Amino acid sequence: MMAETQRQEIVTEPQSRRVTYCGVCSLPPEYCEYGGTVKKCQDWLQKNEPALYDTIWSPEALEAATASLSVEAQKRAAKDAQKKAAKAQAAEAKQADKLANSHIVIKRIERNKKKFVTAVIGLEAFGLELKKVAKDLGKKFATGSSVTKTPSGGEEIVVQGDVSDEIEEFLLEKYKEIPEDNIELVDDKKKKKAAAAAAGAAG
Amino acid sequence: MFKKEIPPAPKSKLKSSVQRGIRQSILETYPLLARHIEEIIPKKASLEQMKLPDRAALYILDGEPLFWEHDDFEPLLPHLKLVHRFPEAFPSIRIDRGAIRFVLSGATLMAPGLTSPGGRLPAPRDVPEGGEGADEEGRWSRELKKGEPVVVMAEGKVEACAVGVLVEGTAEIKEKGKGPVMEECHYLGDGLWMLSTD
Ligand SMILES: [Zn+2]
Repeated sequence: MMAETQRQEIVTEPQSRRVTYCGVCSLPPEYCEYGGTVKKCQDWLQKNEPALYDTIWSPEALEAATASLSVEAQKRAAKDAQKKAAKAQAAEAKQADKLANSHIVIKRIERNKKKFVTAVIGLEAFGLELKKVAKDLGKKFATGSSVTKTPSGGEEIVVQGDVSDEIEEFLLEKYKEIPEDNIELVDDKKKKKAAAAAAGAAG
Repeated sequence: MFKKEIPPAPKSKLKSSVQRGIRQSILETYPLLARHIEEIIPKKASLEQMKLPDRAALYILDGEPLFWEHDDFEPLLPHLKLVHRFPEAFPSIRIDRGAIRFVLSGATLMAPGLTSPGGRLPAPRDVPEGGEGADEEGRWSRELKKGEPVVVMAEGKVEACAVGVLVEGTAEIKEKGKGPVMEECHYLGDGLWMLSTD
């Protein structure tokens, strides 16, 4: 028996390792200290990988980590960490501000009698990849869904059918970073009239 | 190499002849990967390519980044996620703790970060055919030449933090003890690392 197990161990090829990456900064957690989100990284690790948290952030581990650096290098590292944290905080505040001021418009558009399409505008501000979302929406509602260029040079998603409410629900469910208040549902029935008026004014 | 954020680009499937060529050159550059190659790129898998800025390209399988290459660089270089999966298959050197934050901010890796007590450079020794590797101390079993791809480990860390091509052989690095070691590299947190490949 013994010999057999041993032989098996020898013939087993080493397999791909699976490394845990930080859910906040995406680096291997032992490198979180070099990013600007250390506190958040620590909270995440403690919650999700408590054992790994202990090996990296226990007082003993920290002491061993700084022991090899000169006092001068430790000071520089501390200053560097402070700078990075301040930078990350500023970036975060800017991003939060941007998100608060970004709006998604879900627009029901009447193409011809009783035939509607639904346009979704502004998803890119929330860091979403339009192509991927369009694909997800198409699958979710079993309908045509594609990314199209807008006259102003941007892009929007156009989904076949009148699915405004369903899309809103889907987005809020799947992308928690989108506040409900930032989604606007509009009806574009009167588009032709408005367009005609605009054309008239322009001419 | 990838200090800036990389805009995601569409992926395209590679012809099977091109895929075979890539597999071949991976095996030539990284002979230690031979026993893992079926796991990395199964024969029947279909490899995808994503074009990166500056004529570079990334090869992806099922959303997992594997290797990248730059027109000016001869060898295919592994993405760090692949290095983390098979760390023992890539020749490596080790930087001391103090050098980590410089490398992670995209600075050129300099010799003193390797020749200091916390750093590790190869310690040539006789090894059986195919037995190339690092000893317990992290010293590779042969000197590495200028132009060879190398993975950068770090003092006190388990995972690799960078990968690139040596601009100076390891024997010369030991001799001179100063100057650049690796100029363009892929490091943790850079544009390539942050690029979404799903
Ligand atoms: Zn982190």
